[in-house]
Amino acid sequence: MIYLTRKMEFSAAHFYYNPEWSEEQNQRVFGKCANRHGHGHNYILEVTVAGTPDPQTGMVLDLAELKQLLEREITDRFDHRHLNFEVPELAGCQPTTENLAVTIWRLLAPKIRQGRLHRVRLYESPDLFVDCYGDTQ
Amino acid sequence: MRIELTRRYSFAASHRLAQPQLSEEDNRRLYGKCANPYGHGHNYVLEVTVTGPLDPATGMVANLADLDRFVHREVLAALDHVYLNEQVEAFHPACGGQVPTTENLCIEIFRRLEPFLSARLCRVRLEETGRNSFEYAGESSRRP
Repeated sequence: MIYLTRKMEFSAAHFYYNPEWSEEQNQRVFGKCANRHGHGHNYILEVTVAGTPDPQTGMVLDLAELKQLLEREITDRFDHRHLNFEVPELAGCQPTTENLAVTIWRLLAPKIRQGRLHRVRLYESPDLFVDCYGDTQ
Repeated sequence: MRIELTRRYSFAASHRLAQPQLSEEDNRRLYGKCANPYGHGHNYVLEVTVTGPLDPATGMVANLADLDRFVHREVLAALDHVYLNEQVEAFHPACGGQVPTTENLCIEIFRRLEPFLSARLCRVRLEETGRNSFEYAGESSRRP
């Protein structure tokens, strides 16, 4: 089995706020992240696909196709967007790095047909990242 | 779906690799420059990985402020800017301590962080330099 990882970046704004809580509770739990003017991150996404190299091409999958898939599903949807307001897939949940990684997994897993999605790693900053492994792990 | 959250921290500490029952020559042969009796130091980079279900109210595995506070209290306060051989009981020869290699430091940090309650500790990864790193996930795990 070969694990192939493609890396990409996108930048987006968000804030954390639970409407069922008081302002004080939001401040206490989320701190600065509860500022409803929002703030932003340069996210770095690493997508890892597991597979066996095709005997003819020697490749797990066509990297150009993966790049196009990531541009269509990730860049077009998340880059330079406000995650609280502009991404229907995140409606109703906090746009945390955890939920964002899960959403990215759900967007990509069914569309990767050569090999299978093994891991989504999403960096919110160089000091904080989330790994998401699907149900097959 | 398994979600793992990893947070990076750093601390600086000095150490010396030597076994008290060995002669200076044997320690020098075994540990090389690391056996220098005056000690030497590193900028350690620590990655702490926790896992657990997402809290539906917060969308988080663990509140980062809670994790940061716990790691600062249990690890960084004790290990940052200290001489590991003499200021940390787990490595003190008089307390029967281990040699403070990064392997043993990794295990000691895991032991200190395992009681974290908000999520389950998966593993710790410790970089001694940019070129050497060590991971420990406890004895019950199949792999890091």
